Amino acid sequence: MTRVLRTTALLVRSGFRQQTTYRLALLAGISTNSVFGIIRAAIALATVASAGAAVGGYDARTAAAFVWWGQALLGTINLWGFSLVADRVRSGDIAVDFLRPVNPMLVYLAGDVGRAGVGLVARAIPTLAIGALLFDLAWPPGMPSAALGLLSILLAVVVAFLGAFSLNLSALWFTEIRGLRLAWMVVGGVLCGLYLPLPWFPGWVQSVASCTPFPSMLQHPLDILSGRIAGADAVSAVVSQLFWVLVLTVVGQWVLARGRRRVEVQGG
Amino acid sequence: MATQIIETRDLVREYKKLRAVDHISFTVEPGEAVGYIGANGAGKSTTIKMLTGILRPTSGLVRTCGRDPLRERIALAREIGVVFGQRSQLWWDLPLQESFTILGAIHRLDPAVARVRSGELVDLLEMGGFLSTPVRQLSLGQRMRAEIAASLIHRPRLLILDEPTIGLDVLSKQRLRDFLGAERREHGTTLLLTTHDMGDIERLCDRVLVVDHGRLAYDGTLSGLAKTVGAERVMVVDLAPQAGHEGVAELRDIPGAALVGVEGEGTRQHLAFDPQATSAGAVLAAVSARADVLDLAIEEPDIEDVVRRIYAASR
Amino acid sequence: MAEPAGRPTLSVGERLRPYRVILGARMRAQRQYRASFVTDIVGTLLVGVTEFAEVWGVFHNVPVFGGLTYGQAIVVFALSNLCFSLADMLVGHLDTLPQVIRAGQVDAYYVRPLPVLAQFMTSDISLRRIGRLAVALVLLVVGLAMAQVAWSPAKGALLVLSTVSGTVIFSALFTVAGGAQFFLINGPEFTNGFTYGGSYSAQQPQPIFPDPVRIFWTFVIPTAFVAYLPTIVLLDLPGDGFVPRWLAWASPAAALASCALAGLVWRFGTRHYQGGGG
Repeated sequence: MTRVLRTTALLVRSGFRQQTTYRLALLAGISTNSVFGIIRAAIALATVASAGAAVGGYDARTAAAFVWWGQALLGTINLWGFSLVADRVRSGDIAVDFLRPVNPMLVYLAGDVGRAGVGLVARAIPTLAIGALLFDLAWPPGMPSAALGLLSILLAVVVAFLGAFSLNLSALWFTEIRGLRLAWMVVGGVLCGLYLPLPWFPGWVQSVASCTPFPSMLQHPLDILSGRIAGADAVSAVVSQLFWVLVLTVVGQWVLARGRRRVEVQGG
Repeated sequence: MATQIIETRDLVREYKKLRAVDHISFTVEPGEAVGYIGANGAGKSTTIKMLTGILRPTSGLVRTCGRDPLRERIALAREIGVVFGQRSQLWWDLPLQESFTILGAIHRLDPAVARVRSGELVDLLEMGGFLSTPVRQLSLGQRMRAEIAASLIHRPRLLILDEPTIGLDVLSKQRLRDFLGAERREHGTTLLLTTHDMGDIERLCDRVLVVDHGRLAYDGTLSGLAKTVGAERVMVVDLAPQAGHEGVAELRDIPGAALVGVEGEGTRQHLAFDPQATSAGAVLAAVSARADVLDLAIEEPDIEDVVRRIYAASR
Repeated sequence: MAEPAGRPTLSVGERLRPYRVILGARMRAQRQYRASFVTDIVGTLLVGVTEFAEVWGVFHNVPVFGGLTYGQAIVVFALSNLCFSLADMLVGHLDTLPQVIRAGQVDAYYVRPLPVLAQFMTSDISLRRIGRLAVALVLLVVGLAMAQVAWSPAKGALLVLSTVSGTVIFSALFTVAGGAQFFLINGPEFTNGFTYGGSYSAQQPQPIFPDPVRIFWTFVIPTAFVAYLPTIVLLDLPGDGFVPRWLAWASPAAALASCALAGLVWRFGTRHYQGGGG
């Protein structure tokens, strides 16, 4: 067990180190996130102003916080997925991953958490600072909420990773997963709450969303961090994230096991 | 109009602190075939980029086809063809034929004229078998032939080739050299090529420019180069052991040749000779008189070696 | 040799023939891989639909947004999307310039007898963006019907003028971004904020923005000219007086200014490349 933990820690560290070399990329990312943050915040504030009161539980301050936390976390949570694993499937390098004595999912997850850690420190905090400078943002109502928010970010990173990982592995069966990835991005973009807070959509959209892992990838941490939900509501949001971690881990491991067999049969 | 195809005077190119090209001056007359050689990073590609208007010189003068490559890039592009051995100028995902059609249009050739010209090149370079294959599926040899055809479609006066034979097998190399030689003879096309392959220079060029650390270290004929650096060839002979002996006696006093290496008790010996002073045949005859030759090979000096020696000599 | 230099007799058709031949070949190639072509079209269609989901979500909660009703806001959204998808189709591939530069493929453009920028612009055409274009067209028709336009020849002319100018403005933004790739490290990350961010801002009713932001999207990066300003005139709305209504007719000027900027940045970029910084 300690060996696994140590391996994981090492992998997280190397993922972290890889990222810090791209300082300019971070600066560029912050500037783009901020441009979009300004536009999105204007949309959210104009909506709240037009309604004359809170919309779906968001007043001006929570709506602005929701938008800016969302922009800030774009570099932390991998909403758009990745193609690294799918590329390795296509090149056949995935067989090498299967030969390693560590579970491939853990290897890639650790790398992603490392990447997310850098994103949080180097990209989320500055973006959020810019947002706080330009707009009046709401903050979590207390330390418990803030701590829960941080935990929720971590879980969101894991959920987003696990979903994208299984999607990537499906390249073992489908020669072309571009369409699948696109659908994931497009549908996910709406259902995770990136464009608008989910409660602003009609009830049926929210019902559909609650049957998917997408709200766990962004909407939940944003709600906790902007202080829209707290206490029992916040806890239940985190529990729902944990549920999706569990579901997607099982799915991921199952796909991995099937994939391993497939690679063995085909001879890599 | 200047009569020279290429003229450079005190050409200098610096990257930050590094001086990649350091006061290079040379001229190339129409119809010449010039080998431009040097070690990696010696400044060959940088010179070519300045000749073709891709890169601005830090100082000095450069004229290609009598034009300022930077100011008159477009007019110049009509008169020159450039082949970058490592990087394709063809349309990667289109059938090869499309690349020729597009280039014909880019050079504003009449479609009928372009068809005749590309047909001619297809025949000469034997590309008929893969005209409808997407470029990315071509073998390296096929692609290089296509690259050269693509750069000749508008009948340029000057063809610049950057490592045209790199990575090719012996047969493909020979084919390309034959074609380029014929192109030069029949159309008077001037050739400037960089290469690591001494064979390219020997078969194609009557003049060699050697660049080293950004400076022009030699400008003259290939035989002159060989004289300057004493570029001798080495004959490697495998000999049958003499009856009753352990090995073969060392071939110490072959006329015009010096023994430079002995392996396996003398069953393999290396003899260096100057092709200007004697011939491979004479050396072989002298060897055969002493021992039974089972096999032989003649090693040519490689370019890195020649350049190294020039550098040592110029010190 | 091909032909003598300096040919004043060349007709426009002859002049454009190289580009026509390249684009023809590119279009044929795209349609060859039918399955992925269809996937891509559906993909861009979905992108268009989800972008619209945002407008739909907002109007699910409020009847008026930035001074516009649902139908009016749809016109702004659709007009801006129409222009952007056209620009994206025509020159969106300038986005791939960083890869082209890194692969060393730029040099090939320099040794061909055509302007480098014209070659890049015509080096591809993304037919798959037709999906998004279709969404924009449908929404434009729906929006105009909902907003009950009182049509006149002048308004028809304004619609055409705005579409052309808007497409040129976005194309110029792509070109600015492309030119910047020659001297920026991690260029796309920097420029995306202004190309895609510019497109996003153009979809909005401009009064939602704080004044400095409005000034930026009107006079620095003139995306307000693409959809909001023309819509105010098309639909006979009073506007909020932030800028005079007649400015809607100035979209060609905004387009020209964008082109000038694009030309400058591109020139600076290619100069930088020739200076050895590429």
